[in-house]
Amino acid sequence: MPSADPAITVEDLHKFYDQYEAVGGVSFEVAEGEIFGLLGPNGAGKTTTVEILEGYRTSSSGSVSVLGFDPAERPRALRERVGIVLQSSGMYRHVRVREAVAHWAGLYPHPRDVDEVLGIVGLDDAVQAMALVRTLSGGQQRRLDLALALIGDPDLIFLDEPTTGFDPAARRAAWGTIKRLRELGKTVLLTTHYLEEAQQLCDRVAIIKSGKILAEGPPNTLSGASARYRVSWRDENGSPRSAEVDDPTELLHRLTGEAIARGERLADCSVVRPSLEDVYLELTADETSELTADETSEAAQ
Amino acid sequence: MSDGSLAWRQYRLERKMFWRNPTAAFFSFVLPLIFLFLFGAVFSGDQGDLDVLVPGIAGLSVMATTFNALATQMTFLREQGVLKRVRGTPLPGGAYLSGLIGSAATNAVIQILIIIVAGKFFFGLGWPKSWIELAVFSVLGVACFAAMGVAFSHIIPNFEAAPAYTNLVFLPMIFISGVFFDVDNVPTFLRDIANALPLVHVINGISAALVTGAPLAENLSDLAVVAVWTLACVIFAVRGFSWSARA
Repeated sequence: MPSADPAITVEDLHKFYDQYEAVGGVSFEVAEGEIFGLLGPNGAGKTTTVEILEGYRTSSSGSVSVLGFDPAERPRALRERVGIVLQSSGMYRHVRVREAVAHWAGLYPHPRDVDEVLGIVGLDDAVQAMALVRTLSGGQQRRLDLALALIGDPDLIFLDEPTTGFDPAARRAAWGTIKRLRELGKTVLLTTHYLEEAQQLCDRVAIIKSGKILAEGPPNTLSGASARYRVSWRDENGSPRSAEVDDPTELLHRLTGEAIARGERLADCSVVRPSLEDVYLELTADETSELTADETSEAAQ
Repeated sequence: MSDGSLAWRQYRLERKMFWRNPTAAFFSFVLPLIFLFLFGAVFSGDQGDLDVLVPGIAGLSVMATTFNALATQMTFLREQGVLKRVRGTPLPGGAYLSGLIGSAATNAVIQILIIIVAGKFFFGLGWPKSWIELAVFSVLGVACFAAMGVAFSHIIPNFEAAPAYTNLVFLPMIFISGVFFDVDNVPTFLRDIANALPLVHVINGISAALVTGAPLAENLSDLAVVAVWTLACVIFAVRGFSWSARA
């Protein structure tokens, strides 16, 4: 049952690496059963934020709460309810897929069925389930990562760039799997630098750059400075014109009225809501100038 | 599930994986035996030399199966991100490490038993004079070198460097600690260094149990040195523990 308390609360979170501020005052909430996306370029502070929530790092200041716990204390009761897919993490090489998932099941008080989980991630054919981990392809290893995160039947799942490095077909398949987590009623916090991924999967998205949240909201209605209607048309001289307005009704009425008065058609007229991509590109512009600092922070991690 | 049964599960998985990796199995079991039979052939006919060699190889085996194996393995697990993954599960760190160290200790015990049998049937030694003394020094030696291996893995920067780092400790230590020859023939300054290190004392204890039959009471100073090393290594192993790879 969804409760009033959010699954994750982050308030004014800061994280410094020496002098460098990797996360600079981030606040957001993730409701139970929600798929929430942290979207941003490399080095934006996504992984630092998530790893603080996972209990791998401690914050410099601010407060975080995960399922009502302080993750920095790493309480076992919290770890039993959370599944983690790290951006990259290795696995024993000489263990079989099914064996690994079964072993992981034993670490949790109320695990899901091993074969069911293998089915969810698509590693359920007999050959794959018996394969040694070291023989798996990159995509298969990522599916095993997800299986190991799901086996404990967690309430909350962290997915840190779950499809980075996937080919388009594998990405589609992974999206299908992540959508099934919603059907299972799981809360998911995922990070990505793929806009389409955020748009496909997330109920809400926060765009993060240089350690700060620039915009937050459902992907389709994400508001920011540029979340206005862009109206384009050709004027009476045939020159292209465009305008950005909060409400296009009046402008369109005027344009169509003028065109009718001239007895002409309103050529090349379009009204466009900015896509997530437009918002993202505008918000994360001048990225190159700060890339050096961002890369420094990645290295420091 | 209790921490004890979680450690037991981890131990069983480690054993299964160990036998699936022939390279590790080779270095843990076959290499010390090759040393034993090669040097045994060289010294054959001189029971005095063989009496030194067999306990020496037993000491070498204890160190190889625990210090070398764990230092390399911990570096690998840390660098590959396995430790980080495990850290995200409810498995307590102590239960996890117990499984790993227990597996290394099992290899040490198997190795010692093989050497005892080889000593009895090929190298003119009898059965151990004191099983209890043997057990005391084996257990303490395993604890000491296992802790040293985990502690030393903190110093190793990455997996590629692991063999060089471990051999830098392992090879000089086995040479000066009287694995292949009697420590009494070693120059004084080297003997002083060796006496400050734990291996020579583990070998002394095993030698007393296997060869001379000197009672435990006569080897208390050996026991004390190994115990101090064990304590120090445990402290360093716990203090410096890192769950994720170095940047």
